[in-house]
Amino acid sequence: MFDRRLLQCFDWGLLTLTLAIGGIGLVVLYSAVSAGAAPPDIVLFKKQLIWYGGGMVIMVLSFLFDYKQFERFANAIYLASVASLVAVLFFGKYVGGSRRWLSLGPFSLQPSEMAKVAVIIVLARYYAKMISTGGMSFRDLMMPVFLTAIPFALIVRQPDLGTAMVIALIAGVMTLFAKIERRTFSWLVATFTMLVPLVWFFLRGYQKQRILTFLNPDRDPLGAGYHIIQSKIAIGSGMLTGKGFLKGTQNTLSFLPEQHTDFIFSVLSEEWGMAGSLTLIVLFMIMIAWGLNIAGRCRDPFGIILSVGVTAMIAWQVLINIGMVMGLMPVVGVTLPFVSYGGSSIITMLMGIGLLMNVSMRRFKFE
Amino acid sequence: MTNYLDNVDSEWFSQRLSVALTIVVAAFVILIARLFYLQVINGAELRRQSEINSIRLKNVDATRGLIYDCQGRLLADNRPAYDLNIIVKDAGPLEPTIAKLSDYSGIPEAQLWAQLEKAKGSRAYKPVLLKPDISRDELAAIEVNRWDLPGIMVNISPRRDYVFSPSAAHILGYMGEINVDELKQKRHQGCKTGDYIGKYGIERAREPWLRGKRGGQQVEVNATGQVVRVLSTVDAVPGNNVVLSIDHALQVVAEELLVDQAGAAVAVEPDTGQVLAMVSSPSFDQNAFISGMSHDAWNVLISDPQHPLENKAIQAEYPPASTYKIIAAAAGLEEGLIDESSSVFCPGFLKFGNRTYRCWKRWGHGEVDIYKALSESCDVYFYKLGQELGVDRLAWYARAFGLGEPTGIDLNHEGSGLVPTAAWKKRRTGISWQKGETLSVVIGQGFNLTTPLQMAMVAATVGNGGTRYRPKIVKTIRTADGKTLYDSTPEVVGRLPVSEKNLNIVREGLFKAVNSRHGTAWRSRLDGMAMSGKTGTAQVVGRREEDTDGDGQGEPIKDHAWFVAYAPREHPKIAVSVIVEHGEHGSSAAAPVAAEMIRFYLSGGSQAADTTAPEGSVAPGQGD
Repeated sequence: MFDRRLLQCFDWGLLTLTLAIGGIGLVVLYSAVSAGAAPPDIVLFKKQLIWYGGGMVIMVLSFLFDYKQFERFANAIYLASVASLVAVLFFGKYVGGSRRWLSLGPFSLQPSEMAKVAVIIVLARYYAKMISTGGMSFRDLMMPVFLTAIPFALIVRQPDLGTAMVIALIAGVMTLFAKIERRTFSWLVATFTMLVPLVWFFLRGYQKQRILTFLNPDRDPLGAGYHIIQSKIAIGSGMLTGKGFLKGTQNTLSFLPEQHTDFIFSVLSEEWGMAGSLTLIVLFMIMIAWGLNIAGRCRDPFGIILSVGVTAMIAWQVLINIGMVMGLMPVVGVTLPFVSYGGSSIITMLMGIGLLMNVSMRRFKFE
Repeated sequence: MTNYLDNVDSEWFSQRLSVALTIVVAAFVILIARLFYLQVINGAELRRQSEINSIRLKNVDATRGLIYDCQGRLLADNRPAYDLNIIVKDAGPLEPTIAKLSDYSGIPEAQLWAQLEKAKGSRAYKPVLLKPDISRDELAAIEVNRWDLPGIMVNISPRRDYVFSPSAAHILGYMGEINVDELKQKRHQGCKTGDYIGKYGIERAREPWLRGKRGGQQVEVNATGQVVRVLSTVDAVPGNNVVLSIDHALQVVAEELLVDQAGAAVAVEPDTGQVLAMVSSPSFDQNAFISGMSHDAWNVLISDPQHPLENKAIQAEYPPASTYKIIAAAAGLEEGLIDESSSVFCPGFLKFGNRTYRCWKRWGHGEVDIYKALSESCDVYFYKLGQELGVDRLAWYARAFGLGEPTGIDLNHEGSGLVPTAAWKKRRTGISWQKGETLSVVIGQGFNLTTPLQMAMVAATVGNGGTRYRPKIVKTIRTADGKTLYDSTPEVVGRLPVSEKNLNIVREGLFKAVNSRHGTAWRSRLDGMAMSGKTGTAQVVGRREEDTDGDGQGEPIKDHAWFVAYAPREHPKIAVSVIVEHGEHGSSAAAPVAAEMIRFYLSGGSQAADTTAPEGSVAPGQGD
């Protein structure tokens, strides 16, 4: 029953890339959680190791079945994900003013992370069915907009604007891949351009603050602007070769906010310099290109769009997170894949890699 | 899935993929360019900044607004408190330092270690609070031995100081550490864990005004954590000052009159509704809350049978007893059931159904008109009136006098009292109204419940000729530099549905209650001050059982004593309500308190007692 060709076609390259990035992530995380604290707070590091272990198991599970199974169960997966988002609104625990986590014994899960994968699968299924040479019309796009809007709205409500935004961006990329009528496309671009200023009125006070602060960090030198200034100092002061493992002063003296989650790239840049941060950026770039390559070699529309979706998820998070800590973008809570601390993020990303491997190793079926 | 070749436009996909790849590469080129700019072009400069970077954020707490009385006496002040901190990183080996600290200061070592244990896992350079608000002796001992105590710091922070505590404790309230639920509330926006906020009284009701706005400083620190340079400052905005309508001298007089008794007294200005004094006895020490109260101390407070933490003036609900006859009389007159000349014979009791309802005066009042009924508080007169009025008509008037709902004073936790109706009883108990129950209600017993503040407002409204005001306790709110943000103006909430003629009949009855020889409050009359008032004796439920053992075991539970009054008779300047729990008779326990408050207030005692107000603050025409 188990096809020998599956093993022959196993994507060792993608596994190597993942392990390399994950390895760098663990080293940096160790630094981020141990520096400055007396005694070093290793608990977070140990927890992350456990998450990695669990994530690997989920990754393996994600490529053992034929990905076609995901197409079959797409709706069920989607509904379960929406249900868990609703549950968060009612039973979630508050951390720092937002309700994002569901408690599972000693661990807590962030359903908004898992929702990314659910949206990718359900949209891939829809677009794979709808695919035609002519392209989709407005009517065809109603369903995917609806499917994206529900988790989007639920996540904005938590509030977690960063994650909601990533989901919208992933959906956008997948839609562009599914081919839209030229006329519809022009309309969409026009409407979108008009909507952007409108969004401003729906932002919460602190979210507006962040954008204004991004445009002019001196506006708020004690708040968000302070964090960006400190993050830039951390990255820049790493120079070519960095200050050395566990030697980052910005990190140890706690000038960095959230240094183990959203701002972990700054810790890497400070301690390993350009050598370290460039290595990580290049590895991410190869990983994304690899993902697009898997899509390009796949011969099944569901597989193609699925791979594009997963790749878009990784790409957007890398670009937004690194852009943010380098002061190229406003501060939004988006994790750096495989590197930031956080179980839900790690599991989601490894699940995504599992899906990519799945598509990659089954391409022969069509050859 | 049908034949994929029919569906997949391979050409299209591969073209899309190369566009995507191009965009991704372009985006990464931007990231790398930015990295290059930061780490290579700007690297040396940013490295230098990171080396001198010892920029830390320091919060600058805002000073809380002060609270004054209407004469400018300071009631709630701020004082400096000394908090003992340790910076673990600078302390070297911890054990000897803590041991020495304990030796010098006398603070038990276990207490210090407990605080350190709580702070475990926080960053090493961050100060850990060892003991808040240390005493002067402890401070002196530590300062003298500073050289021997590395890493030990004493920080000064402002703390609340209630100048006259426990006086006016229920009005001013107290402060406590903000809790998780409060942090989420909109009114506490800008607060963070560990902040102290108003939990009760004015401190709570006016929290957003009193708080002020936290400021911050970006400071550069040296290797030992000392501030070398202040880089930028956002100034803290001090809280606003609150001026209460309370006259503290009158407040103190009333508190002394009620000392060692449980009860409440409220004085208001009839023409404005401003509260002049509000006493709830016994009181508590607000300053005990400042640096956190021990569990035991808290338990003692909350298990005290006299409920010192409750503001009895607005929270406690008592049957109004005979003071309620003011309302019953107005209702009877207005409904045309009685008038100036009608009278009733009181033999000391009234038979109704198969029960006998007694008058408080066993041998009877004889022939009674409305004046005598009010001044001598004849129960039989009102029993008869109650029969004719019926409970629902009476309730309508009670509500028109402001009973049965909160007065709307600017303090939290106000009680609403209870005005019973037939429908209410049916809904509540499922049993129909019994006619006999109306006889209890009309003399203010039975289901009736009122707060002392409500009854003070009743007296004020009758006194001023029938205009109902909302009672107010905050007079003005000003910013620290004197700009007025709020100025209370009299707020009319209604008019009594009673004609001037009828109201004057009631007022005459109340005047006689104090100033005629047989009036119930004759002994409390004031020379030259024309006080009008009404006594009341509220039966305490369960009294009969306790009282009839007659074996001398324990005190029998005595009735609550009420007195409401206003003075002078025309254009009153003050209206008062007093309740003394278990004071037995309104005439002997409550009336003297109210009379003394009125005497003190009208004789200008407040100005005479005023020692703290700045010179020249006495208004023209009052200084003689």
